[in-house]
This record gives sequence, C-alpha cells and structure tokens, in this order.
Amino acid sequence: MSALLEVAHVTKRFGGFTALSDVSLHVAPGERVGLIGPNGSGKSTLVNCISGTLTISEGSVSLGAQRIDGLAPHTRTRLGLARSFQLPRPFGGLSVADNVRVPLLYAGRPGRHDVKAILAMLGLADKAARLPLELTQIEMRKLEMARAMAAYPTLLIVDEVMAGLSHAEVDDILALLLRLNGEGVAIIMIEHIMRAVMAFSQRLVCLVAGQKVADGPPDEVTRNPDVLKAYLGE
Amino acid sequence: MWLAGRLVANEYVFFVGYAVAQYVLLATAWNVLGGYTGYVNFGTAAFFAIGAYVSVALHKFAALPLPLLVLAGGGAAGLVGLAMGYLTLKLRGVFFSIATLALAIVTQACVTNWGYVGGSSGAYVIRPRVGPWGGSYVEYLFYVMLLMAVAAVAIARTVERSRLGYGLAAIRDDELAAEAYGVPTLRLKLLATVISGTLMGMAGAPLPFYVAYLDPPSAFNLATAVNTIAMPLIGGSGTWIGPVIGAVLLTGVQEAAMVTISSAANLLIVGLLMVGFITLAPRGIVGLARSRRRPA
Repeated sequence: MSALLEVAHVTKRFGGFTALSDVSLHVAPGERVGLIGPNGSGKSTLVNCISGTLTISEGSVSLGAQRIDGLAPHTRTRLGLARSFQLPRPFGGLSVADNVRVPLLYAGRPGRHDVKAILAMLGLADKAARLPLELTQIEMRKLEMARAMAAYPTLLIVDEVMAGLSHAEVDDILALLLRLNGEGVAIIMIEHIMRAVMAFSQRLVCLVAGQKVADGPPDEVTRNPDVLKAYLGE
Repeated sequence: MWLAGRLVANEYVFFVGYAVAQYVLLATAWNVLGGYTGYVNFGTAAFFAIGAYVSVALHKFAALPLPLLVLAGGGAAGLVGLAMGYLTLKLRGVFFSIATLALAIVTQACVTNWGYVGGSSGAYVIRPRVGPWGGSYVEYLFYVMLLMAVAAVAIARTVERSRLGYGLAAIRDDELAAEAYGVPTLRLKLLATVISGTLMGMAGAPLPFYVAYLDPPSAFNLATAVNTIAMPLIGGSGTWIGPVIGAVLLTGVQEAAMVTISSAANLLIVGLLMVGFITLAPRGIVGLARSRRRPA
C-alpha cells in the first residue's frame, strides 16, 4: 500500500542542538501507529515538524502525493492532517460548540458534518453552550479531539491526549480513537501510557534522542534492546 | 436630533451629532482589529490623519466632492493598514501595539514635513456655506458621517457573525491553535487590519471641512487615539454594540463636560472612566449586562 504520510530523512536543528536527526517514517492510510520514546526524545518536535508549527532543517514531508513541508500549518490541516495539542489549547472566549465550529468552517466539510453530531459522538452534547473554562480535564481532552475531528482529517496525530486521566477515562478515549479509526482515519498516537499504546497500535515507532531506533510490530519493538536501554538503562 | 437641529436653527446639534457619529465609526473600526482579533492598535491617529490629509491634498488639487474624498482617504488608510499589517503582524501582543504607536509618530513626522498640505503650519479649508441639498454644510457633514457610522456598524455586525468572525475570534483566543485548525491566520489578520484602517481613514476624510483649519497636532491628537480605545473597552469590546454604546456615552459625557466644566476635563474623565471599567467591569457594559442576565 502506498503511504499516506511519508517523512523522509527529516532533521531539525535548533541552533547547535539537533532535536531530530535523519528521521524517516511512513504511515499507511487507515493505519494506527504508536510513537513512543523517553521525555525529550523529539516526539513533539516531530509532530510540530509534520504539522508545520516548526519548519524542518532537512528532508521532506509528504501527504499523499504532495510535498507539504513548505506549506503553512493551516494549509496542511485543510489537506487532511489534523493534530491535537499536548496541553489543551481551547479558544477560551468561544463556547464549546463554537470551538468545534472554527475547524469545521475552515478545514472541514460543513455540509456533511455538523457540530452537534461531532459533540454527540464525543459525549459533549450537553456542554455545547458552555465555555471551555467550565469543562473538566477529560472533557477538555475530548474537546481537543472534537476540534481535530471537525477538520475532517485523513491523518490525526494525538499528542499525549490521555496523560493524567484515570483508567476508565483512558479506556473511554481509546474507544473513541478506535471508532474514528474504524471510519478510515489513520492515527499517530504519542503516549506514555504503555497499556494504551499497546492496545491501540498496529505498529510502534520509537524515538531516542532525536533518532529512530525501532519501527515494527509492538511486541518486537518493546523487546528491542535499544528501546529497553533507552527506557531502563543498561 | 434632526428635528431639534432644524427647529432651533442652530448648527451646534449637528456639530455634536457629527462628533458622536465619528466616534461610533472610529470605535467600531478599532474593534474589528482590537476587539475581534485581539490586536491592540495605538495608531488610530495615523489612519485617521491619513484620511484627513489625503482629503486636504485632493481638495487642494482638484476640489473633488466629499464622497470621493472619503473613498480616497479610506483607500489610502486601508493601503497603509495592509503595509503595516504585513510588516508587523508577526509581532504578538504588546510588541504589535508599540509598532502601531511608532507608525503614528512616523506618519506625523512625514505629514509635518509635507509642504503641499501646509506642513507644520497647517492648512485652511474653506467650508462651503450650504450642503448639496440645501441646509448648512455642517448638517451635510453630519449626514455623511452618520451614514458611514451606520454602514460600519452593519459591517462589524456581519463580520462578527460570519465565518470571518469565528476565525478572528479564534486568532484572538489562541493564534497557534487557530492556525493548526485550518484558520489562515496571516490572511485574516491582514483583512482585519485593512477593514479597520479603511474605516478609520474614512472617518478622518471629512475632518478638514469640520474643523476648517487642520494642522498635524490636531489631526494626530492623542485624545482621538485614547478615546477610540476607551470606547470599545467601556462599551464592551468583541461585540458590535459595545463600541456604539461606548462612543455615544463617552462623547455625550465629554460634550457635557466641555459645556459645563472645561474642555481640559475631557481626558481626565475618559481616564477615570477607563480605570473604573478596567478594574470593575473588564468586559464593559455589554459584559456587565450579560452577567446580570445570566448569574454564574
């Protein structure tokens, strides 16, 4: 199968510090990929490079047949690449419904999707008129996902959307992501909660100190000596 | 007001009406960028004065009718808005505001050294005695300004409830997230700057005829910029009605103070009201009314 997302030999430098070094990665349409690695290994930097918040120093990023590494972030979103933020960044002055309306109007398909349906799918229907300030932590994460879904993505990147949530809440989010994936959306999940990553991913990619050290089936990757060394030391 | 103006056969009513309409227009214009988009512009005086001076220059050059001067003044100020936006909209928050302040100072320096429009000694503009449809010219100026103010409020209201309005609100709340969720932030900010600048320029274009003598210190008056920021803040920024309430209220209070106390008391009153509202009702009168209606 041809790749939906193709990250080829991407390097990202901040001054003299190399945050990502020659990272290549591909995601097939509809695939579920887990991205793991210790803190500071470059996971969020990679997400920012793919989504356009950061510009890459070398290499290329393509979505479908199109090079996207020179495009503005909003253009990439319109092409079908949505992401959620590690720390929720709601539009504080807008209601929950309007928070979802923004991506729907600018990147989604307003005719085919509507705000109500998206909020209902995430169980936020009764909060539509509330301000984000009034939401609980898990509702805030769900709002973050609702906004990403409103952009009608073909590839969704969720950056630690489960951090700090309870066991049941993690299952709740996991079920939502699987359901979304069932509708054909490819998903890259960045997560430290191994239980969730292992349950979710068809393939695991591990970054250590800005380099990709493993890429394969979850069981193999978690037994990979380089991965074990990064997490547990020698 | 029209009836009052006609009955007492006194131009004062139209003078005051003009001032109110002018501030409704300016405050609404400021609100498009400051209230909807969250970019505080201290350079109102620059756009306003550009409108006024384009008007002076074209009047001297070809004695064009007022509506054309208004369009030209608005166009020129809109172009300056576009240029300024392109250069400064990468700056966030207070840095953008400082850049707009710099624009006002630079523009004033340019105009002061522009001999054709009188330079630092100013320019006299002979106001015609009667308007094109009879009545005094001040009455005509008032109608022109009123029409523009109503149009501006209508534009602001439309923008607020449109796709553009949601995009601007998203930029105001979190620009990075707005961009990530598909909002073309730079293009929308430029659009807001152009709309805002054009309206401010249009507000300035009739000024030479209103005051009959225009020099840089009066065109670039600090009071204009301060009032224009104070009005949306007092009325409630981010809503179309806020600047209207603020402009009517503040201009009314100022006119009353001018007549009863002294003209110097004006800025003091504006300052006190601003301090009062920012500490007690940061979301203005509109915010106050909303929280009253829906107790949290």
